[in-house]
Amino acid sequence: MKPLKIIVLAKQVPDTRNVGKDAMKADGTVNRAALEAIFNPEDLNALEQALRMKERVPGSTVSLLTMGPGRAADVIREGLYRGADGGILLTDRKFAGSDTLATSYAISMAVKKMEYDIIIAGRQAIDGDTAQVGPQVAEKLQIPQVTYVEEIEKVDKGYLTIRRRLDNGVEHVKTPFPALLTVHSSASDCRPRIARNVMKYKHARTLTELQDTTEDYTKMFHDRPYLKIREMGVEEIGADVEALGLSGSPTKVKKIESVVFKAKEAKVVQSEDKDIEKLIVELIENHTIG
Amino acid sequence: MENFYTDNKDLKFHLNHPLMEKIVALKEDNYKEAEEFDYAPMDFEDAMDSYDKVLEIIGEISGEVIAPNADSVDKEGPSLIDNEVKYAKGTQENHEVLTKAGLIGMSLPRKYEGLNFPIVPYVMAAEIVSRADAGFANIWGLQDCAETIHEFASEEIKQEFLPRFNQGATAAMVLTEPDAGSDLQAVQLKGTINASYDPDKDLYYLNGVKRFITNGDADIALVLARSEADTTDGRGLSLFVYDRKDASVKIRRIENKLGIKGSPTCEMVFTNAPAKLVGDRKMGLIKYVMALMNSARLGIGAQSVGIAEAAYREALKYAKERVQFGKAIIQFPAVYEMLTSMKVRTQAIRTLLYETARFVDVYKNYSFISEKRQLEREERQESKRYQRLADIFTPLLKLISSEYCNQIAYDSLQIHGGAGFMKDFPIERIYRDARITTIYEGTSQLQVVAAIRGVTSGAFLNRIREYEEISVTPELEYLRKYLIEMTREYEQVSGWVADQGDNEFVDFHARRMVEMAGNIIIGYLLLHDSVKNDEFERSAEIFIKQGKSENAQKADYITSSEIKDLGIYRYV
Repeated sequence: MKPLKIIVLAKQVPDTRNVGKDAMKADGTVNRAALEAIFNPEDLNALEQALRMKERVPGSTVSLLTMGPGRAADVIREGLYRGADGGILLTDRKFAGSDTLATSYAISMAVKKMEYDIIIAGRQAIDGDTAQVGPQVAEKLQIPQVTYVEEIEKVDKGYLTIRRRLDNGVEHVKTPFPALLTVHSSASDCRPRIARNVMKYKHARTLTELQDTTEDYTKMFHDRPYLKIREMGVEEIGADVEALGLSGSPTKVKKIESVVFKAKEAKVVQSEDKDIEKLIVELIENHTIG
Repeated sequence: MENFYTDNKDLKFHLNHPLMEKIVALKEDNYKEAEEFDYAPMDFEDAMDSYDKVLEIIGEISGEVIAPNADSVDKEGPSLIDNEVKYAKGTQENHEVLTKAGLIGMSLPRKYEGLNFPIVPYVMAAEIVSRADAGFANIWGLQDCAETIHEFASEEIKQEFLPRFNQGATAAMVLTEPDAGSDLQAVQLKGTINASYDPDKDLYYLNGVKRFITNGDADIALVLARSEADTTDGRGLSLFVYDRKDASVKIRRIENKLGIKGSPTCEMVFTNAPAKLVGDRKMGLIKYVMALMNSARLGIGAQSVGIAEAAYREALKYAKERVQFGKAIIQFPAVYEMLTSMKVRTQAIRTLLYETARFVDVYKNYSFISEKRQLEREERQESKRYQRLADIFTPLLKLISSEYCNQIAYDSLQIHGGAGFMKDFPIERIYRDARITTIYEGTSQLQVVAAIRGVTSGAFLNRIREYEEISVTPELEYLRKYLIEMTREYEQVSGWVADQGDNEFVDFHARRMVEMAGNIIIGYLLLHDSVKNDEFERSAEIFIKQGKSENAQKADYITSSEIKDLGIYRYV
């Protein structure tokens, strides 16, 4: 079988799983400085599925594509540590403020500059939880999409067999490729960092990162070209600036509320039919159920 | 995310010891492999950064995978199916993830697919894994066998076996027999394993029974067997490597143990099992197994420190949460004293562990270099010096770390009260796992037999004098004075025992004298740690003060005794 070219879409997100008191600013926006920046968890599930396909079809390659500020190069390095072959950082001030529509536009334009058979991403990022970017990219590229992927069961010539995780069970589907998949958190955890890859790729840098150091990378990049992480900006991907950033983003955040559930009063119900029935009636009446 | 490396700052402190510069330079031989291997370091800082990053992987796997699996592994244990060992589900998962991360065969050279790590970071990894699950640490730690093959086997055997470790091959050191435990010279004396040479095939065939073999059904086994017919002692024994693929060994049973239940302890029956000779004939016990045992003892030191760390943390957590008489029990003097003492003793054995590991590192590196080129006179002297230090520090470490680890586990369970006696908290398992550390790879009593040579030869005293020379800050000077006083007392007492001119009298007081030396040595190590980092100051103070009165008590007991007193202990 012909080797596959796989692109993993990954995002650097604030670690919202360990939220402290200072996680939100007074104006309701996320205080990114207080939260550690991590590889979006479901994107790691996606990376694992990509690496498994690579193992199944010899000669295949896995590249990461991430959009974000300069420090998002961490995502590329993390991917390289776990077995990816390369990655591109999509970065430009003009991307700032992009909503899902503008983001998916930028990503789809970047993807068009790359070769691919399969694009694979996490279902959603833990900062916005929209689950929109993956599907929107597929629409813009006009390729089939399979969401909620739990496992790629088979890779055959021209099509994939996939198990999807749904609310009430699983679904097995086939899709031709090129296609875009979004992976659910119930999929296998990502493999660990590989010791050797960490030692090999820890010096990988983008040119922007090098501007902030005094180290001379000229020789290292010459001897070890794989350490150079490629960056792409608006011009390289040939995108329309108007469709990016705030001007390209119809989504406007009106208000963010921190909702805390708390029990105001407790009610004890005995496990007798009579009491249960009363409770059900009450819950139906106040529209909690039904 | 739990990370057992990054959540313990003491580890990085010990990793960054000044002697590492020498160790890494020897290990990396002018960093020339950077040309050939894309993961080899370019300089000292690069190498240290790599160790740090790789330990971070170990820390994460330990915290996120191995520790959460420890309870189910302990309950499920390995099983014996058709004479083959099947690991518990969690054990398989642990092994698989470490294999995928490329963390097996860490200290092997790169040409055998290893990471070429020095002993220090490797031992640190062993400590971290042991904190997560001491039983599993045995399975993982048996990659020590790779080091023995690398050190002593022919190039052909190295090529055949070593690259397999990185692929996840497991290993076993197959030494003991039903009647040859501490006394390994007795191997075959009772007619157990017989190796008869087959010159046509260049293979030996092993026959007999081995018992109490950790991970006996491993892929690669190093087997001690009697190759010389009509011999009865250690000089008739050779070391062999057996490949599990040859399917000539049956696992007859898995022992049902008190602790480290995830690690299968096997009885193995060899029936014409083909095996290859490692190194030279007759050197099996006297050279190779001694080397293997020394690295295994260092490994038990790491395991003991890991268990101690786990036990201390469990106690601290419980004491903060448990409320009695209206306050958390950590606020009661009886409890906080215990906790602090546990912390101090954990730091004490950790500093001894890494000091010992550095000694081993230096001399092992020299011995590998000496295979490639002749060592300069100065290098030879230095190598010898470190080897002698390693020889006395290794049993001292094994003795003290394993005994402390048991005390710490005992105290941790005590702090849990009745709850600790139930199966509901991890301390119950940790307490059982700790118990083996004073027994296997040579009991505490045998460690004393090896370590007493450091007392009688004056080697401990010489080292102590070197520590004495190192200056400390004025605020810490009073502790140095205590140690100098303790040294004077130790010198006097050990001299007095020697003057009695009776070997049995020396043996009788051996443990006391070794422990006196140990208290002084650890005292100095903690003192010097405090000079570099004031986090250790309180530990140094507490340890030295306790050690001072402990030594005074031992000194009093020893000097109040007479040779004829031995008789009263013989009446049982």
